[in-house]
Amino acid sequence: MPAPPVELATSPGPGPFASRDIIATTMAEHDHDHAHQAVPSDLTLRVKALESLLVEKGLVDPAALDALIETYEHKVGPRNGARVVARAWVDPTFKQRLLAEGGSAIRELGYGGAQGENLVVVENTPGVHNLVVCTLCSCYPWSVLGLPPVWYKSAPYRSRAVIDPRGVLREFGLDLPESVEVRVWDSTAELRYLVLPERPGGTENLDEEALAALVTRDAMVGVAKVTAS
Amino acid sequence: MTILSQPDLTALPRLPRDPGGPVFAEPWQAQAFALAVKLSEQGHFTWKEWAAALAEELAAAARRGEPDDGFRYYDHWLAALERLVAAKGLAEPAALAARKEAWADAYHHTPHGKPVALK
Repeated sequence: MPAPPVELATSPGPGPFASRDIIATTMAEHDHDHAHQAVPSDLTLRVKALESLLVEKGLVDPAALDALIETYEHKVGPRNGARVVARAWVDPTFKQRLLAEGGSAIRELGYGGAQGENLVVVENTPGVHNLVVCTLCSCYPWSVLGLPPVWYKSAPYRSRAVIDPRGVLREFGLDLPESVEVRVWDSTAELRYLVLPERPGGTENLDEEALAALVTRDAMVGVAKVTAS
Repeated sequence: MTILSQPDLTALPRLPRDPGGPVFAEPWQAQAFALAVKLSEQGHFTWKEWAAALAEELAAAARRGEPDDGFRYYDHWLAALERLVAAKGLAEPAALAARKEAWADAYHHTPHGKPVALK
């Protein structure tokens, strides 16, 4: 049996902390009427409680936490993945390594996995389109794509990507002909997937950096294609 | 830390998505995210255990009939984290509750413009 949730985490009862909306109102009133600081949301207080207790016990290093947040918020992101894709487009031997052993090929470019997961790169071709999902929760190749977008974590995407991938792709504006095989890859905590999109036509004269600029996060999850402009 | 704007869901009514790829809607989400990653990296639980705890919270929310459109995702993340640190004996629920009240109290008693600190 899992331990019960923290008492304050259960359904909020009536009172000043009944909902985030009410808290927001309370905060606004306090800003105008009182001298003390605005009390943050219930969720913020719970995170502060967790963090301060764990830091106090020496279980986490606050500097390491901040560094990590900074990494995922600003530094890491789909740009790392885009550089991997662009390299594969211009360097056939790198592409070979990437498709054979994704994780180690990506580490060649200096992007490591935070959780030591295996990264598998799946290639789109004129006849095959790959789509990545995590039906269980939101496993995602963070080291190359940053944090998952909201839709990737949503129940409709998690369930429908498997049941009706073509329908999901159409909602993203990608209408694939029936002749194209759609392969759906369900991520796990140990196994993440990155889509290697097709290089668009008309990009023969672009260098690696210009190519990387064309590659979008959506294309690397498989809900879009890369276009030349 | 910058507070990122809410993603625009109007583009696709059935399938929530965000065009620009906001990573966190609010700063606490980034904190909760980093806590889980660091605790796992430091061996307090495996990433597999974490994924299972999170999946369980998401499944429980679905059973309660909550609309799972991704917006309450980090609420469930935090609940899973609280449950897992309790199960692993890293922080007791009662201690967390008391600490949360202490923080609320600290905000109430700290004048504007001063850093908020626990007594």
